[in-house]
Amino acid sequence: MQTSPAATVPGEAHENLALLHHFATPEQQKDAASLGMWIFLVTEVMFFGGMFCAYLIYRYWYFGDFAAASSSIDLTLGTINTAVLICSSLTVAMAVRCAQVGKQKSIVVYLILTIILGVAFLGIKGLEYKQKFDENHVPGQASFHLAGHVPRHPDLPVNQQHAQIYFSLYFAMTGMHALHMIIGVGLFSYLAYKAWKGLYGPGYYTPLENGGLYWHFVDIVWIYLFPLLYLIDRHP
Amino acid sequence: MATAVLETGERETYLNREYGIQSWLLTVDHKRIALLYLMGITFFFFIGGFFALLIRLELLTPAGDLVQADTYNKLFTMHGQIMVFFFLIPSVPAVLGNFLIPIMIGAKDLAFPRINLLSWYLYMIAGVMMLYTILNGGVDTGWTFYTPLSTEFLKTNVVTAALAVFVAGFSSIFTGLNFIVTIHRMRAPGMTWNRLPLFVWAHYATSLIQVLGTPVLAISLVLVALERVLHLGIFNPALGGDPLLFQHLFWFYSHPAVYIMILPGMGIVSEIVCCFSRKRIFGYKAMAMALLGIAVVGFLVWAHHMFVAGISLYAALIFSLLSYFVAVPSAIKVFNWTATMYKGSITYQTPMLYAFGFVGLFTMGGLTGLFLASLGVDVHVTDTYFVIAHFHYIMVGGMVMAYLGGMHFWWPKISGRMYPEAWGRLAALLVFVGFNLTFFPQFVLGYMGMPRRYWDYSHSPEFQILNVLSTAGATILAVGYLLPMVYFLWSMRYGKPAPDNPWNAAGLEWMIPSPPSTYNFEEQPVVSWEAYNYDEIKEEVPVAN
Amino acid sequence: MANNVDALFVFLLVVSAMMTLSIFTMVIFFAVRYRRQGGRRAEQIEGSHALEITWSIIPFCVFMVFFVWGAVIYFRERTPPPDSAEVYTVAKQWMWKFEHMEGQREINELHVPAGRNVKMIMTSQDVIHSFFVPAFRIKQDVLPGRYTVAWFHATKPGTYHLFCAEYCGTMHSGMVGSVVVMEPKDYEAWMSGGGNQPLALTGEKLFSELGCVTCHRTDTQGRGPNLVGVFGKPVLLEDGRTVTADENYVRESILQPAAKIVNGFKPVMPTFQGQISDEQLNALVAYVKSLGQQPSGQPGKSVAAASPQP
Repeated sequence: MQTSPAATVPGEAHENLALLHHFATPEQQKDAASLGMWIFLVTEVMFFGGMFCAYLIYRYWYFGDFAAASSSIDLTLGTINTAVLICSSLTVAMAVRCAQVGKQKSIVVYLILTIILGVAFLGIKGLEYKQKFDENHVPGQASFHLAGHVPRHPDLPVNQQHAQIYFSLYFAMTGMHALHMIIGVGLFSYLAYKAWKGLYGPGYYTPLENGGLYWHFVDIVWIYLFPLLYLIDRHP
Repeated sequence: MATAVLETGERETYLNREYGIQSWLLTVDHKRIALLYLMGITFFFFIGGFFALLIRLELLTPAGDLVQADTYNKLFTMHGQIMVFFFLIPSVPAVLGNFLIPIMIGAKDLAFPRINLLSWYLYMIAGVMMLYTILNGGVDTGWTFYTPLSTEFLKTNVVTAALAVFVAGFSSIFTGLNFIVTIHRMRAPGMTWNRLPLFVWAHYATSLIQVLGTPVLAISLVLVALERVLHLGIFNPALGGDPLLFQHLFWFYSHPAVYIMILPGMGIVSEIVCCFSRKRIFGYKAMAMALLGIAVVGFLVWAHHMFVAGISLYAALIFSLLSYFVAVPSAIKVFNWTATMYKGSITYQTPMLYAFGFVGLFTMGGLTGLFLASLGVDVHVTDTYFVIAHFHYIMVGGMVMAYLGGMHFWWPKISGRMYPEAWGRLAALLVFVGFNLTFFPQFVLGYMGMPRRYWDYSHSPEFQILNVLSTAGATILAVGYLLPMVYFLWSMRYGKPAPDNPWNAAGLEWMIPSPPSTYNFEEQPVVSWEAYNYDEIKEEVPVAN
Repeated sequence: MANNVDALFVFLLVVSAMMTLSIFTMVIFFAVRYRRQGGRRAEQIEGSHALEITWSIIPFCVFMVFFVWGAVIYFRERTPPPDSAEVYTVAKQWMWKFEHMEGQREINELHVPAGRNVKMIMTSQDVIHSFFVPAFRIKQDVLPGRYTVAWFHATKPGTYHLFCAEYCGTMHSGMVGSVVVMEPKDYEAWMSGGGNQPLALTGEKLFSELGCVTCHRTDTQGRGPNLVGVFGKPVLLEDGRTVTADENYVRESILQPAAKIVNGFKPVMPTFQGQISDEQLNALVAYVKSLGQQPSGQPGKSVAAASPQP
């Protein structure tokens, strides 16, 4: 069995050298990891894509009812969450940067900040969901009722079935997104622990970079979700 | 570096390096993972096959007298789900692909060995969920899960079945991801894209489909599960939803899925035909491009499953036209394999017999696809036994024969043993005869109007004779499939030890011992020859043992 | 029409058989002719651009013949002639319910006259079914929530299988019946027995009972559009779109009136979803269709232009 050469450069991964047995060079290993993460993100695009497709079709067919339903979700909370998530992408990018320049302690700080922001997002999302439960805007329930009219059509009441489809997609899409965020928070917890152990530095920060890619992707999904779900036909 | 030797004096192989269940369940060696998959898919193949046998037995007589209607509906549903998701889709990639791709490109393992093991665990978890579904009363949605039947009207284990397929889908996605990165980044020096064996190209194309298509199936099944549990209306017209939306989302994956289920087989056939004709493949570039072409165009034809479903006339025209486009690269491949045989030096070992079978039966299956792509004919034969015959010609006459051919071709490499050649040829013959007898009558049945998924046809006794022929064929086919199970197992103990290159075949996998050592190569190979360099290999195929 | 499908099928069969035979013959011939013989080595041939192009283009051209021929047949199949006799169909687990315009109701057995175009206007009460008559070479899925249409022209009297061709649950294989094609005079005889109420008349009665007539008046005073002559014509909606008033439009207007508001009218029509059966819907659709028609023996009302209430 081949033995792992000892780590000679500070910050160079120790246990990851065990992987090197099937890689010829660290560059190949890094390249492979990055390509793998990008391909994984493509699969995620296709995964969310199915729901976006369903959403776009129903929005086209039931625009008025979708607009009515969209105006019933809390724009303030949604906007705050958008800001929170964008900031968390910044903190992740900072963490990677710190690794690149060798600021070990700062990596951990930024990762923890990312986690805090992520948890904050999830908390605010929980608040929004609770609002929907309280307002009887949960689809599939007998008590569902979205009061009001189609925006700018005071004589057109909301079609309850169409509104429920909006909320079905709302919960499915934001729920799936939240699940991905929970996974991301878990991932960063693990990476923060490894960073605290001194594993990452200028010579090796691939997991941070790829974790960051994942998080940026989750952020981008939200950047599409936010206007599509929250901003249908809104006017000042 | 000398060949690794164990304390016992034996040469180290991936099989004897470590013993014990933990060394298998926690392995990251692509070769061991391939064998773990082999056990899983063989198990499910026989369960799915058993359900098929029961279906054929029921259809011996017009009346539904063997099982109840609901039971029959569960049988064809689970036959389809098991065969598609737990046998055909993983079979070649997860067994032969896993085993051979790193070796064929000169690497020590796949790019992500641990993700490879994760893929297997996901497959097994999905398998357990599927077994639970079966044992807890089954599911009867049809493998296609059409709504609103599956979401609103059935009382069976729809959600567990959908989730089992969902988990299996992620196993497939990760395998595809692994292969793509491996083929891009792990090729040995000199192994350029243009020197890759077509087996590798085929898996590359397959992996593209797995990675892009499977997530759409995953989300469709999640939505079906949510709809069923939470009484949502996304696909239910009674609640404002559209059942055709489900069909579009489902078939957007499930059509490319059929290419996942055939491209690896095409890769195998190229390897076998070249070896047993002692020839370079005819038109290497065209063959590689055809694989990619099928994968890409295969994403553009899904609604040809929906010509009578209520789509617009113009959509139907477009999808029919595109379906004819995808037929062209498939035809090219058949012509090229045939041309490869021209002026070859051909022998008839078992793998080559399966390859012959593949070329003939895939041609028939593919040609009947042209019938289905033609709108006027499709209206008559869709949802009948014509379709069933069509896809079984390709899946079974094509893919399963290619799989068996590949298993026989690489068995010496995998196990270090030769299988008994006479039995191999007998089994191949039985499979060919049994298969045609089972499925050819179904083309006629379909044209006569026998719908699919019919438990009872007592209103149409004229269908019986062809059904009897079909069932007779199925019993022969079953024997043909059981034989290799038996003699492969037999060979592991009593088979003749295999040399490094029993076929004098081209390819990196034949330049290392049988079975390979754990890290495949003692030194990283440097490739300076083209694929299928049979012009440089002087030896012929050794006479069969 | 069925003959045309068979002709195309035979053509496909002949071409496929030729192709199959060629490939089989070549493979077997090469396998024998070029089997290993002592002293002869395989001859390496890289490929041939000319051949690749040839055997791509020629099959493609043949495929295009298949495509065009199939498309022409399909186009005809999807375009029912305007003078077709109509039969409303409601499919449910696990039976076929038919209602003729003259009012006859049938279950699982459909009587039709030979030599006439017959158009099936179909919907499902529950899951997706499929109306399949092998002898006529037609098939059309029947969906819940909307109408789909199939038509045929039977030439030979006789009894032909009707199958459900979309898996629909337990007794999918039991959802079978027959289409009984009769000589025209036998069909007239069958039709006149029974004293049934014509479907459009049933619809007219419903139209009154359900209160439709209060808003959908034939003068210009109605709060809803005048429906006389509206069927089959383009309708301008208040959002600027124009749609054709076909069966699905009328059905949707009754079940989800807010989905398409006619230009110049207010969205005050209540929905009748859940209050009427599919059969009653069919009767209403048949009635609306009959307004303003002259032929087929239906008394036509004068076509008064619909105009909005000021």
